Amino acid sequence: MSIVYERSKGLTDKDTHYCPGCTHGIIHKLVAETLVELNVLDDAIGIAPVGCSVLAYEYFNCDMQEAAHGRAPAVATGIKRCRPQNIVFTYQGDGDLASIGTAEIIHAAHRGEKITTIFVNNAIYGMTGGQMAPTTLVGQKATTAPFGRSEELSGKPIKMAELLATIDGANFIERVAVNSPANIRKAKKAITKAFKCQIEGKGFSLVEVLSTCPTNWGYSPVKSLRWLEDNMIPYYPLQNFRNFEEV
Amino acid sequence: MEEKIIIAGFGGQGVMAIGKLLAYAGMIEEKNVSWLPSYGPEMRGGTANCHVIISEKLIGSPVISKDATAAIIMNLPSLRKFENELIPGGKLIINKSLIDQETMRQDVDVYYIPANEIAAELGNSKVSNMILLGAYLELTKAVSIESALEAFLKVFGENKQNVIPLNRTALLKGGEIVKEKSAIY
Amino acid sequence: MSRVLMKGNEAIGAAAIKAGCRYFFGYPITPQSELPEYMSKALPEAGGIFLQAESEIAAINMVYGAAGAGARVMTGSSSPGISLKQEGITYCAGAELPCVIVNVMRGGPGLGSIQPGQADYFQSTRGGGNGDYRTIVYAPASIQETVDYVMEAFDKADIYRMPVLILADGMIGQMMEAVEIKEPNKIDLPEKDWATVGTKGKRKPNIINSLYLDSEKLEQHNANLQKKYNKIEATEVQYEAFGLEDAEVVCVAYGTTSRIVKNAIKHCNDNGIKVGMIRPITLWPYPYDVFKSINPKAKGILTVEMSAGQMIDDVRIAIEGRLPIYFNGRCGGMIPTPASIVEDIKKIAGGK
Repeated sequence: MSIVYERSKGLTDKDTHYCPGCTHGIIHKLVAETLVELNVLDDAIGIAPVGCSVLAYEYFNCDMQEAAHGRAPAVATGIKRCRPQNIVFTYQGDGDLASIGTAEIIHAAHRGEKITTIFVNNAIYGMTGGQMAPTTLVGQKATTAPFGRSEELSGKPIKMAELLATIDGANFIERVAVNSPANIRKAKKAITKAFKCQIEGKGFSLVEVLSTCPTNWGYSPVKSLRWLEDNMIPYYPLQNFRNFEEV
Repeated sequence: MEEKIIIAGFGGQGVMAIGKLLAYAGMIEEKNVSWLPSYGPEMRGGTANCHVIISEKLIGSPVISKDATAAIIMNLPSLRKFENELIPGGKLIINKSLIDQETMRQDVDVYYIPANEIAAELGNSKVSNMILLGAYLELTKAVSIESALEAFLKVFGENKQNVIPLNRTALLKGGEIVKEKSAIY
Repeated sequence: MSRVLMKGNEAIGAAAIKAGCRYFFGYPITPQSELPEYMSKALPEAGGIFLQAESEIAAINMVYGAAGAGARVMTGSSSPGISLKQEGITYCAGAELPCVIVNVMRGGPGLGSIQPGQADYFQSTRGGGNGDYRTIVYAPASIQETVDYVMEAFDKADIYRMPVLILADGMIGQMMEAVEIKEPNKIDLPEKDWATVGTKGKRKPNIINSLYLDSEKLEQHNANLQKKYNKIEATEVQYEAFGLEDAEVVCVAYGTTSRIVKNAIKHCNDNGIKVGMIRPITLWPYPYDVFKSINPKAKGILTVEMSAGQMIDDVRIAIEGRLPIYFNGRCGGMIPTPASIVEDIKKIAGGK
């Protein structure tokens, strides 16, 4: 008998704390597999954010730093500038990256930092209990938007991939989703390309991954996947925005 | 010896520059020195000043407070602001070309020097500050002319060798003026 | 090496490079901007990297990342900028990362002024950021001392794995004095086997972190930090003191203010009043013990600061009610004058 599937060596044995049906686990696995397949796990230094994935430093089987809220791209910059030979990545949620840490992500991209960012967008603050994020859809309910997000009060949701794609230093920007096997395969390809962008010294790379939050959305895991398909993808189109291979 | 000198005028008159030069020359002569500038937006076109101390002892406060032994003054607001910082008997050197009023102090040695006119006679209006510095050096012997010129190259760059003769002339001219007190207008 | 005439801010940079610092992340702010300016030229020449960050917050977080990756790293700012950096400083303290932070203080609160001040004493010695942590705080009084303590700060940061503050003021930053950048002391420093540099597949992952969701573990972490701080309090206190045993009055001042006070003391001693002085060089740990050497029959203590009187709290702790404490302070960029200090000393000595 041969082994046809095993837990990625890019992950530790630690059980994750994520809620049932949450897609963080899938994204962790994709990142871990990519690091192993590109043979960079032993040189990788990851940065965990503040948010649901705050404990990512316990899950990735490589050196990790835990950053202050939103500051992961600055921390990554500090690491990469003194250890250019290492592969440095940040793993950040939408509250972390698209709200409190917008300055850090925009300027990391702007400088063309040779780092890779995995940006998990589930349109809500998960860890703190379902508050509105800058990415929360108009009309979507949150604990700080009990009647649904009001465009008049809070504006429309922010599209980070499109925003970052306007920056010259951002050499790979793609939005993917992990709501179906087909989309998961595409997500893996994008994550691989993003790390290749760094390995080849091309500049800043980011993959925005649309993700679910069954607990705070208040839907079953299955319905959450469908809700993502029906509501998030129409507003946040899945596509490549910048590709270093085509430059 | 301990020289405590305030140099003040408009930004752009070389106030900071001759202060640095003086401090550097003091260091060349193995003395203790400090140079404390005013800083900030008021310098841009406004009044600039620096406090320079040259001492054979360790320097206490770098701030000169009512104990200046000398002052080189290049505009009227600075005269009014700093004339009271001098000790009795202190040396007050005033650029008469730019200040048409006299000091209120009766108890200091004052020298009114038309530095701009003299600089123009030397063919370069930029050296008026060096004329005033020359006067100060003649009066106090705080540092030698040679140290000041060596410091000039350190402060402004070794590639400024070509303007050393002009600056030497300016320093000497300033010195001559105060030597012949009758020549002071 | 012979002496050179250097501006304080530039001398800080030169000393850091001499001490082996190769990374500087900073943001412009008066009156410390000559430090990043100097580093932007000198660090690349020394084979290092200067990076101008998008914000003070980003700068200190870059320091966190670099320190976590084992680098000798520095940032600098002035008062309002240091306020912004507090988040990163407490994270560095919590994650036990060595780094050196320079504060060239100006007047506050808020945007305050750009003129010299000493009003960040509380912020520097009482934490500044959240949580139970301390930073070693050096308050040099001359540019030579600044240079010497910048170099020492890197070693102490490495030995104790913690942020170390250089607390200067606008005067130190802007003035020029003759300075000698000496060769650094050769001391054995602990290996940074905790740094994130990649596992190379040869060890378990290293994790830089200040999060402990388990209360018992966080309490234990705090206990370990306190143990470290207690050791520092016992071994790292530095001060200058003179004339305490027979003093009628003792002045307490630090940084550039101490030099103004010394002028006043000299005047008083020349005029027959015995005045002693305590100049804390480390503001934390504070030299409490030396206050026990003060003549018990002294008339009082005069604290002089460029603030509304922040160090008085430590003087009170040190003096334990034995002697009255007086204060002479100026704020907002105003500088205490020797004449006013002499006047206060005379009043205290005369029992008024």
